[in-house]
Amino acid sequence: MHMKPTRHLCLLLLTAMVRQPVIAAERSPTQPPYQDWQAENYAIEQPLGGLVGVPERGRAIAGDQHRGNCLACHVLPIAEEKFQGDLGPPLAGIGARQSVGMIRLHVVDQSRFNPETVMPGFYRPPQQLNRVAPSLRGTTWLTAQEIEDVVAWLATLK
Amino acid sequence: MINPRISSLLLAVLLAGVLPAQAEPVSGYAYLTAEMQAMQNDDFGNPGMLAVDAGETLFALPGENGKSCASCHGEGGEKLDVRQLARYPVYSKRLQRPVTLRSRILLCRNERLGGPPLAYGDEAALQLEAFVRHLARGQTVDVDISGPMAPYYAAGEKRFHTRYGQVDIACHQCHDYHAGKHFRGQLLTQGQTNGFPAYRFTEGHVVGLQERITQCLTNLRAEPYAIGSPEYRDLEIYMSARSNGLKIETPAIRY
Repeated sequence: MHMKPTRHLCLLLLTAMVRQPVIAAERSPTQPPYQDWQAENYAIEQPLGGLVGVPERGRAIAGDQHRGNCLACHVLPIAEEKFQGDLGPPLAGIGARQSVGMIRLHVVDQSRFNPETVMPGFYRPPQQLNRVAPSLRGTTWLTAQEIEDVVAWLATLK
Repeated sequence: MINPRISSLLLAVLLAGVLPAQAEPVSGYAYLTAEMQAMQNDDFGNPGMLAVDAGETLFALPGENGKSCASCHGEGGEKLDVRQLARYPVYSKRLQRPVTLRSRILLCRNERLGGPPLAYGDEAALQLEAFVRHLARGQTVDVDISGPMAPYYAAGEKRFHTRYGQVDIACHQCHDYHAGKHFRGQLLTQGQTNGFPAYRFTEGHVVGLQERITQCLTNLRAEPYAIGSPEYRDLEIYMSARSNGLKIETPAIRY
């Protein structure tokens, strides 16, 4: 079968998405314990676990389909990534529109803003989730450090 | 002050705008590229036909008692009522429960052909389903959810609206609200069932609806149910009725 190079790339991406759970399962044993967080006025003011985010790492996580995969649903200023989804709003300039604390809550648990959201909670309390794959129970999608990295990068988008 | 009746009407109109219930059902075919549509249309180029052909061979294969499906239903299944095939899942009065097309085939075969029974998740069971469903290609999906089917339909509808897994998304949130949008490179469809069993381009083989739901739940980082389980049966009932009015395309090609 003859396929265009773009098709190959598309297939690669999709195959990678299918493999996601396996990769996450491999990561979970080393995941640090869940850190509780508090939201007030639609924001989490305190960094998770008091950690400091690194924007460059956050950018990599946002584009990585095995980790944040923000690009699955959002258009982001990551020019080298061709396939960017449109389920959610574009996020260019988000750092100018929202406070860091608000961005943090969006990434941690979007359902606090909209109970019907299609956006996953990347740091939702694990006990609130339904029928999680056994190898992932008790874990969050991203670690607290990864959340802080992504938040730090999003805050630079002004 | 606005009259309360008018204000509740206004609210209903507003909500109808923000919370799109599923509109007209649209086949996953409409979301394929022209090349893939052409591949589906061509029985010689459609890789799903391999499963249909394998199913046809099994249909004619005698069991231990010397009988085959074809002994009763005709060599190519021509004695089967294709309009009845388009009504599955149906309620079985004898069994006092709903049966999917695959469970009907297995019940019939396992009771009448002798030999070791086929399990719901066996590849041969999938191939038989693909062959039989393919006979009804072009028929209109017509699932009856009245009477004894109603509670099973309601249970499936509830599951379709339940969040699953670490990704924490329910079926309807993608397939009712976001069909036609892109998940990275993938175009989201309404999740209609009229093409199943279907050849999944990204997997490289034919899957039934329940196998497809397992793939979805796995992507949601959830623990899937067992193929042939009551949970999947109810989802299949709800989702099949949701496709009422669409033409059967088995074996369709889907991403």
